Amino acid sequence: METLSYRHKAQERAAGSKSLAIIGVVASGNLEVMVERVLPDTECQVDINTAAEGFAAVWEAVVADFVERRSTGGLKLSINDGGARPDTVALRLAQAVRLIEEDER
Amino acid sequence: MTLDDILASLFPEGHDVKHDDGLLLGSGSLRAGGRAVVVGVTGRTALGVDEAIRLSRHVLDAMERGGTSPILVLVDSDSQRMSKRDELLGLNEFLAHLAKCLIYADMQGRQTVGLLYGHSAAGAFLATALATRTLVALPGAEPTVMDLPSMSKVTKLSIDVLKEKAKSTPVFAPGLDNLAQTGGVLAIWDEKGSLAKRLEALLNQAQNRGDQRDRLGKIRNGRPKAADIAERVHDLALLSE
Amino acid sequence: MSIPKKCEMPDMSHVASGRSVGWYEASARQRVRLLLDAGSFEEFIGPEQREISPHLKVFDLPTQFDDGIVVGRGRIAGAPVFLAAQEGRFMGGAFGEVHGAKLTGLLRAARDIKSVPVLILFDTGGVRLQEANAGELAIAEIMRALVEARMAGVKVIGLIGGRAGCYGGGGLIAGCCSALAVSEQGRISVSGPEVIETNRGVEEFDSRDRALVWRTMGGKHRRLLGGADAFSDDTIQSFRDTALQLIESAPAFGAGVLKAEQARLEERLQRFGACADAIDIWSAEGVSDAQAVPALPAEQFIALADKVWRPRHDAR
Repeated sequence: METLSYRHKAQERAAGSKSLAIIGVVASGNLEVMVERVLPDTECQVDINTAAEGFAAVWEAVVADFVERRSTGGLKLSINDGGARPDTVALRLAQAVRLIEEDER
Repeated sequence: MTLDDILASLFPEGHDVKHDDGLLLGSGSLRAGGRAVVVGVTGRTALGVDEAIRLSRHVLDAMERGGTSPILVLVDSDSQRMSKRDELLGLNEFLAHLAKCLIYADMQGRQTVGLLYGHSAAGAFLATALATRTLVALPGAEPTVMDLPSMSKVTKLSIDVLKEKAKSTPVFAPGLDNLAQTGGVLAIWDEKGSLAKRLEALLNQAQNRGDQRDRLGKIRNGRPKAADIAERVHDLALLSE
Repeated sequence: MSIPKKCEMPDMSHVASGRSVGWYEASARQRVRLLLDAGSFEEFIGPEQREISPHLKVFDLPTQFDDGIVVGRGRIAGAPVFLAAQEGRFMGGAFGEVHGAKLTGLLRAARDIKSVPVLILFDTGGVRLQEANAGELAIAEIMRALVEARMAGVKVIGLIGGRAGCYGGGGLIAGCCSALAVSEQGRISVSGPEVIETNRGVEEFDSRDRALVWRTMGGKHRRLLGGADAFSDDTIQSFRDTALQLIESAPAFGAGVLKAEQARLEERLQRFGACADAIDIWSAEGVSDAQAVPALPAEQFIALADKVWRPRHDAR
C-alpha cells in the first residue's frame, strides 16, 4: 500500500456551503473520493491510499491538473484507490467537487 | 473423548440421546434435578434441509412441552450441505429457522449452551453452535469459517504465506484458539473431570441478558473494534430524531 | 462526541435522477438517497469518521471509509425507518468486523426503541474471508440482535436485488427477517454456485449456467417457492413501494410464527423434496407454462406469482 499527499495553493474557494461529500466505490478499476471542507480558502489537499505502488508521478500530475482547472480552495480530498486509471481518477475528482458545490438537499 | 464418553460425562444420572442419521436428539438428566434438552449433529454430518428441519422440530416440541429446561447443542458437523437440491429448496430458510428457534428458546428463559466437540463450518456453525447463548468447546474441536486451501485459491496467496499472516491476527484462520480469542467461544473445557460439573456451573452463572461476544472479543484482543462500533451506532441511533 | 452530521449523497449526473433508477446498477448510497424521502437521511458513523477495516492492510488491500455499509435513519413516506445498505462492489459486500458491527448496533438500537422498523438492503457474498472469524461472529450477533428486535415488535424488512446477491451468512440473516422483497436480479443462497461446483463437481451444479443459477437461487424462484414474500421490479420506486407494503403487513414474531414456519417448511419438503429442478417445482405449484417464467416481465410475473401463492404473513 502506498500513501501519497499533495498540498496546493488553490486559485479560488470551492463554491457552496456543504461540508462533506463522497463519490465512488473502492473496487477494481475504481476509487472513492471523500471531500471535506476543512481547510483555509487558499489551500487544497489531496490524500491518497493506493494498493498500486510506484505511480506517484502520475498521481502528482493528475492532482496538479485538477487543482489548476477547478476551484478547490478549502477542500481536503481523501482517496481510497482500487487501481483506477488516471482518467477515472480525474472524473471522480471533478464529480466530488461538483457534489460539494451543490446546494444542501 | 468419544461422543458416548461425552454424553456419559455430561449426564452421569442418565440420558436418552439417540444418534439418528448423523443427528442427536434426546434429553439428559441434570445433577441438580430436571432435564436438559439435547440436539446436535455428529459424525461430521453436513447440515442440509432434511437435517435442519428435524433439529428445529425437536427444539419446538421441547418448547411446546413447556418448562425451562436448558437446551444443549452438541456439534460435530461438516459445513452446510452443498448441493443443488438444498439450495433449490431454500436452505437459507431452514438454517435461519433453526437458529431462530434456538435464539427464541433462549430468550424465553431456556438457557442454550453449545458444546463444540468436533468440526463445524460456515452455515452449519451459524445455525447451531453460534445460535446458542454460550458456546464452549472441548480441546481438539476444529471450528472453521473459511479453510485455508479455499482462501489460498481466492487470494492467490500460498498456504504458507497465509499461515504466516495468521500468526499476527486471529481474525481469519481456522482454529479453536482463534474463535476463542475473537469472542465466539467462551471457554475450552478440560475433558478430564466431570463435564456435568462444568455444565452445572455454567447454568448457574448469573447470566447477563444480552449477547456478550463482541465485548469478550475486545477484552481478549481478538476483535478490537466490533463492540465499540456497535455501541457507537446504537447510541447515535438512540439520539437521532 | 460531536453531533452527527447529515451526509449528503452523490448525484450521479449521467444517470437519470429519480426513483426510476435501476436498483441493480445503483450504489448503496444512491439506493439510500433515492429510497428515502428527500434529505431525510442521517448517517451513523459516516465516512468522515474513517472507521475502516483494520484487517485488510496485512493483505495489501485498499479500505473504504464506510467499510462497505451505510447505516442510519431516515423517513419513507414520512414515517421513520432505520436503514442499512451494503455496497456490493466493495469486497463483494462481504461482512467484516466493522461492517458487521454497524448493522449489529443498528438492530440493537431498534430493539431498544421498539417503534421504528429496519430496512436491510442486502448486497453480499457472505463472510469476508480476510476477516472470516470476525465476519462470521458479526453475522451470528446480527442474527441474535435481529431476533431480539423482532421480539420487541420491530419489523425488519430485507430488500435483495444487488450485484452480489445475498449469499452465505447473508442468506441466513435474510431468513431471520420479518419479510423479504427480491427482484429478478436478486439471488439468495447459502453456498454460491462456484463453491457447490468446486466441492461437488460440475454435474452437481454448473456454475457457468446462468439460467440454472437463476432458476435455483434467483428472485423469481424465491418468490414462487415462498423464500421471499414480494417480487419487486428492478427500480428504486418498486422497492420503495414494496418496502412500504411489507412494513405494513409483516408479522409480529413469536412461538406461533415459528410453529407456522416449521409447518410451512415441512410441507415444502413433502411437496417438492423430490423435484430435480425449479421448473418441476413451479409446475407442481400449478404454473401452466413453467418454462416461460424466466422470460416473463416483472408485472406479468407478479400477477402469476400472486395467483400461484400468496405469502402468509405469519410464518417467517
